[in-house]
Amino acid sequence: MALITCEHVSLGYEGRAVVSDVQFSVAQSDYLCIVGENGSGKSTLMRAMLGLQKSLKGKIYLGDGLKKNEIGYLPQRSAHQTDFPASVSEVVLSGCLNRKRLFYSKEDKRLAAQNMERMEVSDLAKRCFRELSGGQQQRVLLARALCSAKKMLLLDEPTAGLDPKVTVELYEVIQNLHKQGLAVVMISHDIPSVVREATHILHVDSEPPFWGSVQDYMETGLQNR
Amino acid sequence: MTKLIEYFSYPFVRYAMIVGVLVALCAALLGVSLVLKRFSMIGDGLSHVAFGAMAIGTILSVNSDLVVTLPVTACAAVFILRSKKMRGDASIAILSVAALSLGYLLLHIFSPSANISGDVCTSLFGSTSILTLNQQDVYLCISLSVFVLCLFIVFYHRVFAITFDENFAKATGMKTEIYNLAIAIVTAVVIVIAMRLVGALLISALIIFPALSAMALFKSFRAVMIFSAIMSVVCAAVGILISVLCGTPVGSTIVAADLVVFIFCKLAGGVCRR
Repeated sequence: MALITCEHVSLGYEGRAVVSDVQFSVAQSDYLCIVGENGSGKSTLMRAMLGLQKSLKGKIYLGDGLKKNEIGYLPQRSAHQTDFPASVSEVVLSGCLNRKRLFYSKEDKRLAAQNMERMEVSDLAKRCFRELSGGQQQRVLLARALCSAKKMLLLDEPTAGLDPKVTVELYEVIQNLHKQGLAVVMISHDIPSVVREATHILHVDSEPPFWGSVQDYMETGLQNR
Repeated sequence: MTKLIEYFSYPFVRYAMIVGVLVALCAALLGVSLVLKRFSMIGDGLSHVAFGAMAIGTILSVNSDLVVTLPVTACAAVFILRSKKMRGDASIAILSVAALSLGYLLLHIFSPSANISGDVCTSLFGSTSILTLNQQDVYLCISLSVFVLCLFIVFYHRVFAITFDENFAKATGMKTEIYNLAIAIVTAVVIVIAMRLVGALLISALIIFPALSAMALFKSFRAVMIFSAIMSVVCAAVGILISVLCGTPVGSTIVAADLVVFIFCKLAGGVCRR
């Protein structure tokens, strides 16, 4: 049984499809990478998986007892966060809000501290989020995502705008999270790294979209286009 | 000092003080969220809608114009905050001038009062209306303000979450639509009450100045919230005191006090950063 299943899904804006007839599923042991050109609808697909966008056709559903509040999400960094006054610990704690409580419990604070530790941002806890470097911000947002991720982590171009060294570190962090039992879905352009890291690939801008294991993907020759 | 004590023996001065401080507090808390979500102009647009609605209320000569202004402004707020197309600055500008001019036009044609420009001036700049509140108005304002305050305290963390990153909040299972709806309604409530304090044209000042001043100095959301609340309350109290003592218009005096603090904060923030 899969955590998320997409059946013949088409997505788009104002009736015009950017993604058509995508079919795939994500199991607990998967590390799925979604690859494709800019504008091929990768982020749209991820938004649909999170229920932020309706699909034009087809069905997306959660299975295996996965609830919406067991998913962690790392969105692309948005422009308005560049002047937002928020401390790192406030940002990370907000990942705990998907429980049905109004205020943070001791448990939530412990979870946030633990995830800051995991992402090695504990020493930044009192710092202002907007003053951090891109790599640090990404780690903080990942720590927030981990607070809400019990079973699954969705990452929208986590390495965009990061320098090569930080990118390698971030891939390592994500690989470790996967080994610790989280299902990972990641969007990326970086096909050479992706085929090294992931277990499965979804290539959205081939006709029809390719979905399968990394070995099968290498045989299609899509990675060289 | 004795003059001050004498003034405070009048109930209307005490009422003005209580209502002024509470409204300023609510506006400041709401303002942080609106400014950070890039909705500052929406507050401004809504205050003009509230003026238009009040004009209609005056013509219909209902007992308290809150009966008309509150629902109309709330509907407008929900409509604007929900539809992405209406959030553009041009549509907001059109909405505010349209509401403003239609309100004045209607008052001019149908007004039962002889002193139209006086009435209009009062509702646009607040002038003396806060000193003419009756007991019923005061209780209404107090209960609405307390309601807004409680909402903010109880939902503080959720307000942070949807202000900082609405997509994340929604994606991980928060019911963001409900909170957005609540913010829209609270915005309407605050604007309608604040219109009596500073007038329709100056409401944005109560909403925007405290948030921006706090953001110049502080770097965490909680500090920004707390500072803007304190600053707004102090400025409102000082403004009302000065206007009572010197006979200046209440609304503009409060806004002037806000402006002074804002400039001071900006300067202080600039010095600290260096």
